[in-house]
Amino acid sequence: MKGFGQYILFLGSTVVRMESFKTNYRLVLEECVQIGLKSVALVALVSSFMGAVTTVQTAYNMVSPLIPRYVISQVVREMTILELAPTIIAVIFAGKVGSSMAGGLGTMRITEQIDALEVMGINSASYLVFPKIIASLLMYPMLVVVAGASSLIAGYLVGNITGIITPTDYIYGIRFYFDDYSITFAMIKSFVFAFLISSISSFKGYYTQGGALEVGIATTAAVTTSVIAVLSADYLLAQLLYVR
Amino acid sequence: MLKVNNISKSFGGRTVIEDISGEFDKGKTNLIIGSSGTGKSVLLKCIVGLITPDEGNVYYDLRNFTDADKEMKAEIRREIGMLFQGGALFDSKNVEQNVMFPLEILAKMSPDEKLDRVNFCLKRVGLENVNKKMPSEISGGMKKRVGIARAIVNNPNYLFCDEPNSGLDPQTSIVIDDLIGEITHEFDITTIVVTHDMNSVMGIGEKIMFLFKGRKLWEGSSADITHSNVTELDDFVFSNKVMQGLRKRT
Ligand SMILES: Nc1ncnc2c1ncn2[C@@H]1O[C@H](COP(=O)(O)OP(=O)(O)O)[C@@H](O)[C@H]1O
Ligand SMILES: [Mg+2]
Repeated sequence: MKGFGQYILFLGSTVVRMESFKTNYRLVLEECVQIGLKSVALVALVSSFMGAVTTVQTAYNMVSPLIPRYVISQVVREMTILELAPTIIAVIFAGKVGSSMAGGLGTMRITEQIDALEVMGINSASYLVFPKIIASLLMYPMLVVVAGASSLIAGYLVGNITGIITPTDYIYGIRFYFDDYSITFAMIKSFVFAFLISSISSFKGYYTQGGALEVGIATTAAVTTSVIAVLSADYLLAQLLYVR
Repeated sequence: MLKVNNISKSFGGRTVIEDISGEFDKGKTNLIIGSSGTGKSVLLKCIVGLITPDEGNVYYDLRNFTDADKEMKAEIRREIGMLFQGGALFDSKNVEQNVMFPLEILAKMSPDEKLDRVNFCLKRVGLENVNKKMPSEISGGMKKRVGIARAIVNNPNYLFCDEPNSGLDPQTSIVIDDLIGEITHEFDITTIVVTHDMNSVMGIGEKIMFLFKGRKLWEGSSADITHSNVTELDDFVFSNKVMQGLRKRT
């Protein structure tokens, strides 16, 4: 609970005594490259496998000839958009981006780079953390779109190559009873997860004390804490947003 | 001139520095000395405002920094340069960008003027043709030099150095010490150096404050340090082999 209070204060400190808009704009762009572009390939790779596996698994489990084949791609679509893309990507994002945020800030703390900023009169929390959170909010939804697309395309290719489902059926299933609320839902999730991962990881790194060992501990804590937060939020959002 | 009045600071009920007062002169290298864990760094951080003291005030040429409003704090900060233990260079920036950083934040200059100033400072600390190197590509001594260049780039009136010799070999230590001393005299800066290295004390110490377990036990010049009649200071001074030899001879 004390930690939670400190976290809230930390969030507050990132939006006071801020640098100019121009500086923040430049910092956000730099972070976008670090956070977003450098994760695209990994996200696309992982999601392609998810799409491919889901397609094969669903087909394998559908033994009844009475169920039309296009249900396969319908299942792949629902799984991808609702859970796999936003949530599994969250775990990858926490592992790759969250850990590097915590490690980077932790190193800056123990090597006194944060003190150096403060001596120059810069609010280090705002200067270092605010751009990371904004860049995550911008890039994470983009990564989720990439993930969704990769997953669906991989499903299409695998279904086609293995002969599990014809392209026509696959496309039909993808469009069958499509409720675009699931896209909205996925985007809401994306923003929440992006915020949780970037802010929790930054928080863990920013308050590192000690040496290299503690930076390692902070990095691990950043990943585990943000993954737990994401999964809890996933459940809460499902409760909140799905009861319509 | 910089003055501290009755500074105290405790962490979680444990007093780390207690009731320290003293003056640090302009154009001199003022030293804060004492063994590890006596609160030297905490005192320095109170002086530069990284830690708010529980009690007491810090005066920068009669301007009360501790109670200053936002504008006054910002004004004083523009006059401060600080060299940290490991250099504290920003990992993601190259040497030139590191040295230029305070100018980007604090100074109103054209890009050309900034670059000229950066190159002047790098040259002053003996570094040329390393502008594009990253901190991870240069040695510990060079990092300290870059740290000094960054600390003086904004023409500070006050320079603070925390253990400038830590992690350096004895020869490089002397070079860095001398550099700090020269710069202090050349630009008439009020310099405070925190150290536990007796070589620095004898080499560049002009005005020395000795801390022991968070209290100021002695103050004076390097000429007087060997006959202070303060037991704790003698223990500190003569824990060094060279100094022991010196005592035997005198
Ligand atoms: N932020 C802090 N929180 C709690 N204790 C601290 C903090 N900073 C320093 N201390 C404690 O204060 C004492 C003096 O530390 P320091 O000033 O770093 O010593 P040194 O004289 O070696 O520079 C140490 O025992 C250290 O553990
Ligand atoms: Mg220290």
